[in-house]
Amino acid sequence: MTNAIEVRGLTKRYGDVQAVSGIDLDISQGEVFAILGPNGAGKSTTVEILEGYRKRDSGEVAVLGVDPARPTREWRSRIGIVLQSANDAAELSVRETVRHFAGYYPNPRDPDEVIAAVGLTESANKRVRQLSGGQRRRVDVALGVLGDPELIFLDEPTTGFDPEARRQFWELIEGLAHNGSTIVLTTHYLDEAEALADRVAVIAGGRIVAEGEPATLGGRATAKAVVTWQDGSVETDTPTETVLELSRRYEGEVPGLAVARPTLEDIYLKLIEAPRD
Amino acid sequence: MTDTATGTAPRRTAATRAMPSALKLGLSRGAVETKMFFREKDAVVFTFAFPIVLLMLFGSIFAGDLEGTGVTVSQLYTAGLIGAGVMGAGFQNLGIGIAGDRDDGTLKRLAGTPMPRSAYFIGKIINVLVIAFLEVAILLAIGVVMYDLDLPSEVSSWVTFAWVFVLGVTAAALLGTAASSLPRSAKSAAAVISMPFVVLQFISGVFIPFTQMPEWLINIASVFPLKWMCQGFRAVFLGDGGAALELTKSYELGRVALVLAAWVIGGLVLCLTTFRWKGRRDG
Ligand SMILES: Nc1ncnc2c1ncn2[C@@H]1O[C@H](COP(=O)(O)OP(=O)(O)O)[C@@H](O)[C@H]1O
Ligand SMILES: [Mg+2]
Repeated sequence: MTNAIEVRGLTKRYGDVQAVSGIDLDISQGEVFAILGPNGAGKSTTVEILEGYRKRDSGEVAVLGVDPARPTREWRSRIGIVLQSANDAAELSVRETVRHFAGYYPNPRDPDEVIAAVGLTESANKRVRQLSGGQRRRVDVALGVLGDPELIFLDEPTTGFDPEARRQFWELIEGLAHNGSTIVLTTHYLDEAEALADRVAVIAGGRIVAEGEPATLGGRATAKAVVTWQDGSVETDTPTETVLELSRRYEGEVPGLAVARPTLEDIYLKLIEAPRD
Repeated sequence: MTDTATGTAPRRTAATRAMPSALKLGLSRGAVETKMFFREKDAVVFTFAFPIVLLMLFGSIFAGDLEGTGVTVSQLYTAGLIGAGVMGAGFQNLGIGIAGDRDDGTLKRLAGTPMPRSAYFIGKIINVLVIAFLEVAILLAIGVVMYDLDLPSEVSSWVTFAWVFVLGVTAAALLGTAASSLPRSAKSAAAVISMPFVVLQFISGVFIPFTQMPEWLINIASVFPLKWMCQGFRAVFLGDGGAALELTKSYELGRVALVLAAWVIGGLVLCLTTFRWKGRRDG
């Protein structure tokens, strides 16, 4: 199986800001890959280089075997893009918009089925202007998947959503993944990456600071436990032994005893705290 | 997402299907652009209704003949406002419209689809032609019904009308497209584009006859296409009797053609060298 995306040594600078400073990525076909990082980490810059929107300064990039700096119509028809922000086509109805965009693709999905799939059937005749933020984002996704793409990019698809809308949106993404498309999404929500992605790259300061499955990210599975009690605390690989030791010392109950493993959030915060060299 | 919606059809076979043609997509964009234009009240009032309202206003205020030429003031305004209307449909509509498309993400979204970029411009051209054509038709109808404008009966006048219209609307559309890159955002576009356009209308003889203007202003106006467009339309609708009102006592149709054609070429070069598919924040 070949990789949908291969990136080596990608860099991009805006004036004084080094937005991306040497990123390597391999994303295989059919994978759901999350690029997780705080605002300004370089997520959009990276993704928009992969989408063929921005020029890179250096590095090698192949997206579906093509250099995105030289996009062709055929290549564009194989990828779907959901941008971080868009307010266009506001005067058309949802159905008019989706039908119109379907015409751009050589083999589009059925517009009404796509509208149903993103849960907008009831609002299909509404002008896009009249939709809520969450519904507006669903239109973006509908347009992104309309061409039946092999690869879909979603840049912070749920930023600004309430928890309920995010849950619904996650189900939508899971449906897309189920269909076999490769999905690359960026997010600054940890739980989103954990819920959706097969693999996560944590990016901070334009660099990948950790990469792996959510469960093992940043050495989470093997991280030391912290044992704390009234008179002290210790980091250890063998917390049970430590507790037994303490119990002997206190002859029974250890006052104020607690054993904790770092949560994914602890690890994430530590990762993005000190990324720079 | 249900299984019927995501589809189970093998997608590889799709690759053999041909891409839709640029012309077909251009026509489809033209339909969508025009639909959006007429749904957006601001744009309709701003570029479409404005000349019509002005004609009704001026036509009612200034009645009467001009110096025994048999031409009425309202007829003069009809010809002038047809020029301004055509210019507005091209310059103002596209200058503001494309700046908006750049700002709200339309251009960016389109650039991310397999739509050929030429289809976008074909759509804009259709949009401009539809607006300009309707505008002229309505202004003429008002002129004929309310202000005794006589439609020319000779074929030669309509030939003149056709080439003045085509050259004028093309020059205006190209200039508007080029000017759309000037505003920093959609919000400032209306001011940045409309301000020079309004000034140009005042110095190009749409509202104020050249006989009442200082020479240096006339010289400035003569550089721009609007003066020549209006002059061409006066030749069509005021006839030989009105020629006496021109500064040179002639409509100078040769120069009209020359200046408008020069602006078409200049506008095209400007567009090709300066058009941006990206907004200022898009990297
Ligand atoms: N078009 C641009 N011009 C100048 N600086 C930019 C531009 N786009 C992004 N940046 C800067 O590059 C860095 C990374 O931005 P971005 O890729 O948008 O991050 P993210 O999507 O992770 O929030 C930020 O410091 C941002 O201010
Ligand atoms: Mg971003």
